[in-house]
Amino acid sequence: MKQKDYIGIAALTTLIIIVPYLVTNDYYLGVLIFTALNCLACIGLCLLMGYAGQISIGHGAFIAIGAYASAILTTKLGWSPWAAMGFGVVTVIFVAFFVGIPTLRLKGHYLAMATLGFASIVHIVSVAAVGFTGGPSGIMNIPRLSIFGFQLNSDVKFFYFSWAIVIAGLYLAVNLIYSRVGRGLKAIHGSQDAASSLGVNITVYKIKIFVLSAIYASISGSLYAHYVLYIDPGPFDVMHSVLLVTMVAVGGIHNIWGALTGAILLSLLPEFLSFLSDYLQGFGIRYKTDYDTLVYGAILLLIMLFLPEGLFDGLYRSIKAVFNLKNRLMKGRSQGAV
Amino acid sequence: MQSDILKLEQLHKNFGGVTAVDNLSLSFAKGEVTSLIGPNGAGKTTVFNLITGFIKPSSGKIIFNGWHLNGKKPHMIAAMGIGRTFQNVQVFSNMTVLENIMVGRHLRSRCGMFFSSVLPPFLRLEENRIRSAAKEWISFLKLDQYADFSAGILPLGNQRMLEIARALALEPNLLLLDEPASGLNARETIAMGELIQKIKSMDITVILVEHDMELVMDISDRVAVINFGRLIAEGTPKEVQQNPDVITAYLGT
Ligand SMILES: Nc1ncnc2c1ncn2[C@@H]1O[C@H](COP(=O)(O)OP(=O)(O)OP(=O)(O)O)[C@@H](O)[C@H]1O
Ligand SMILES: [Mg+2]
Repeated sequence: MKQKDYIGIAALTTLIIIVPYLVTNDYYLGVLIFTALNCLACIGLCLLMGYAGQISIGHGAFIAIGAYASAILTTKLGWSPWAAMGFGVVTVIFVAFFVGIPTLRLKGHYLAMATLGFASIVHIVSVAAVGFTGGPSGIMNIPRLSIFGFQLNSDVKFFYFSWAIVIAGLYLAVNLIYSRVGRGLKAIHGSQDAASSLGVNITVYKIKIFVLSAIYASISGSLYAHYVLYIDPGPFDVMHSVLLVTMVAVGGIHNIWGALTGAILLSLLPEFLSFLSDYLQGFGIRYKTDYDTLVYGAILLLIMLFLPEGLFDGLYRSIKAVFNLKNRLMKGRSQGAV
Repeated sequence: MQSDILKLEQLHKNFGGVTAVDNLSLSFAKGEVTSLIGPNGAGKTTVFNLITGFIKPSSGKIIFNGWHLNGKKPHMIAAMGIGRTFQNVQVFSNMTVLENIMVGRHLRSRCGMFFSSVLPPFLRLEENRIRSAAKEWISFLKLDQYADFSAGILPLGNQRMLEIARALALEPNLLLLDEPASGLNARETIAMGELIQKIKSMDITVILVEHDMELVMDISDRVAVINFGRLIAEGTPKEVQQNPDVITAYLGT
């Protein structure tokens, strides 16, 4: 890790510790917990997209597998939530492996198509396999998580727990980026031929990182199940997978911090839009939540056009530019005085 | 007699209807600089791609230090000790110069995804070793001032140097250089020639593909000439220069 990353993680941790003192409303804490779950999935997705140069439009399916593994095993077989979560992870490892192998051996974006198809299949199964998944009516009474006998029975507790997982996931991901493996991945992104001429096993690396990103998604899904305590196929459709890709792209795919920024901003955007709609109503303008998708689309389009490296990089550069300008102006003035 | 490090036996490669390499048998002596020359489209780069596993031969054998290379993937061939550069430079422009060379140390460490993420203390030490080894190669190639530059913004001459440094970091026994002097000015070309001789003095066998005949004749121990994928002459630089077939191939009939 570099100094910047330590500062980033310290800042994020401080922010997380403070937030529940400022946000006391359970509804908004809930929004921030869903934000954490999206962040977790987006960290994994960013490793895949930004560092291995592959796109998955099916990460919602891995979230679903994690969530359903947790829900089914705890409610129907009485497993402990942690064992169920572990089983979800193992399942996802196998599934990602078999989805990844045929497609990642080829050059090009075949993974995007394969994962899209895969996500549709998982969604259909979750709706149709009624005996197993409860079908459209879902699974209720999922038990709460507890750590060493300490039950996560309030939103504040779950808020801290979910963000602790995000920070841990972030720490691991940042370490990975600056390691031999991370360099191998970046090298593949830079030039596949040169990377393999230096001994990087391209196929294995791509499959490994795809599996890792699926593990992040699976854990995010298990946490979802144990927070909402009820799941149905609704939240895990293909649109959700697309939304995750959008979050990463908006924040900046080449930077974990960017992916995190994107996940946070787009998770909070619906709340902002509903504020906006109340505000606009005062002027007699009606804004319907149906327009949300339109707003997402517009944001994505604008960012791809004007800040192709993502919001994070864009903001970072502009802040730096302002500082440089200020420094130069100050210097100019002091020189002028002499 | 000196032993051969690499042998090509009746190597053949067709691309659809085009025969790029035609029944080529050639040996490369250990510790020497052998140049592979020929007009544009003669099949030189294809020979490199066959040796390093980027493409599969239609028929024939490639034997390196007694090992058959046929069917091996590029990363395995790198692990066996063959490094290469590319005709159209392929530096990792999304990484710094130092990081580029650190990728060259990839095979000198075994650490996988789990330990890389958890970063235990022994790994920090190993990372430091990789970094200092990479820095030595940077100094060797006199790229110190660019260490933290993004590799993509270097001038072409430095990019070619970087590519060689990266391949040297692999510590290969055999190094394949595909037109290392193309696009370089006169001064840079001289430096490149000196570098290749330094590499030779490190007991690394070099196969050089190059169009700059002055450079080729200056630093090669042996020269092999191919045209339309076929070997037309082989010998010392002097022998080759006087060969009538070579003169025809280069000047046309
Ligand atoms: N991947 C490929 N697919 C089809 N044809 C190819 C491929 N690679 C090379 N060729 C053909 O094989 C022949 C030899 O090409 P090659 O690149 O090996 O030549 P070269 O000697 O390196 O030439 P130059 O000096 O221009 O680099 C050419 O006719 C080329 O068009
Ligand atoms: Mg060539």
